[in-house]
Amino acid sequence: MQDISSAVEEAEPPLAPSRSFRRAFNDLTQGWQQRTLWGYLGWQDIRQRYRRSVLGPLWITISMGVTAVALGLLYSQLFDQELRFFLPYVTTGLIVWSFIAGCVERGAEVFIENEGLIRHLPAPVSVHVFRLVWRQILFFLHNLAVYLVMIAIFRPPLSWHLLLAVPGFALLVLNGTWIGLVAGIVSTRFRDLPPVTQSLIQLLFFMTPIVWVYDDLLAKGGRIAERARFAEFNPFLHFIEIIRRPMLGQSFEARYWIVTGIITGLGWLLALLFLRNYRARVSYWV
Amino acid sequence: MVSIHVRDACVDFPIFDAKSRSIKKTVLGKAGGKIGTATRVPIIEALRNITLTLDHGDRVALIGHNGAGKSTLLRLLSGIYEPTRGSSRVIGKVAPVFDLGIGLDPEMTGYENIIVRGLFLGMTRKQMQARMDDIAEFSQLGNYLAMPMRTYSTGMRVRLALGVVTSIDPEILLFDEGIGAIDADFMDRARARLAQLVERSSILVFASHSDDSLAELCSTALWLDEGQIKEQGPLDEVLAHYHGRNHVMAQPNPAAG
Repeated sequence: MQDISSAVEEAEPPLAPSRSFRRAFNDLTQGWQQRTLWGYLGWQDIRQRYRRSVLGPLWITISMGVTAVALGLLYSQLFDQELRFFLPYVTTGLIVWSFIAGCVERGAEVFIENEGLIRHLPAPVSVHVFRLVWRQILFFLHNLAVYLVMIAIFRPPLSWHLLLAVPGFALLVLNGTWIGLVAGIVSTRFRDLPPVTQSLIQLLFFMTPIVWVYDDLLAKGGRIAERARFAEFNPFLHFIEIIRRPMLGQSFEARYWIVTGIITGLGWLLALLFLRNYRARVSYWV
Repeated sequence: MVSIHVRDACVDFPIFDAKSRSIKKTVLGKAGGKIGTATRVPIIEALRNITLTLDHGDRVALIGHNGAGKSTLLRLLSGIYEPTRGSSRVIGKVAPVFDLGIGLDPEMTGYENIIVRGLFLGMTRKQMQARMDDIAEFSQLGNYLAMPMRTYSTGMRVRLALGVVTSIDPEILLFDEGIGAIDADFMDRARARLAQLVERSSILVFASHSDDSLAELCSTALWLDEGQIKEQGPLDEVLAHYHGRNHVMAQPNPAAG
């Protein structure tokens, strides 16, 4: 008996070690194959949050609308901006921002809050991140209604350039996914990270041109323009510009696309490295 | 071909206390250099050098004291834990039946929870919808299935989860006994359904403290002690040795056995 079973075992192809890129890729592809699962869970997350409210998920749209209008009115007065440009500007910036910020903030907790599932039901770790990103996409689509209203009212000079918002958003989704994976893995191990992430995100909101206009500061020239250029180190500036510019009919700037492309590539390299080394540790750490 | 190959697998749990889970500690610990063992994270060796080969038709009973590593071994086999050392390969569709209440969302209705649980177990939505009537009938939840799960009693939750898990067709069934509160009447019906499920599955690993249940479903046994395989062989032999040792080592306490 013993001999037979060991002979069979030797005939099997060698086991892939736990820390291999193949397993990292497998995690992603298997996670993708389970899209009915995370698709369903993502929908449920949204439906559930508003389950007993009369307006339901419409609240997502309403609260975004209220925030955008309030911030738009306030800062248009402070910075002496024309309302018909500034309201759609703030709205678009906020919508895109809330997508990425959500991926980062919720990403830091994605494995911690799914502890029960991770420890009781075998599933690729990417499933939880896909569910999160999908939920953020659904939020984004709800918020898009506010943008459509703004467009209908203020009619910015849209062109075919608008179509670029689609690949722009696709890039954003890719970035949200790697960020969720990396932030999720690191903060499962180091529990100080979720609060750090939250304060960092709050700070970054003000360093990202959402309620202020980067182009205007550059146009002022001199010391102000010089200082404003530091904002280029903020990846969120690039994430937002690639979508907001087409959505508002502003001019095409290749620079933002190139930077976002580089961040996407490097980020995914990092995510694959993390998946390779720590994917199997997640269930031990949660 | 459905099979399980585990070779020299160890499962070590790092136990992070609040301090060592923070970045500060790790960074400072590295910078400080010499502290070495003092800053090391304590580790619990839950499983040590497990070597195991299971093939189609194997019905294995897992026996051992509380904390011997039975549940950890089941999780290793399910793929939830990958071995920290050694290797483990499981070929086949796995259905873990551990803590049945976990992963059920109290805010979702019974129907929705059935779908989600099924999806987690590798079924499609359509397959689960086709099984819905069967599960509803077995669990006897009736109209409650349209209610949010927070209105359910513990027993009702277990019934629903048991209904889902016994409706699918797994290749490898990993069964942890502690499935909790079910009334005796329901348990009789559950037993018949569980037996059918076991029949459908290719490999069964069943952790239990009840000799009768083990004898009903299993032919061989694996005795785990302090994370290691103490003995492996025909069920009655291993059980005899296990109980023999118990009588010498401990007071005859049926609850602990």
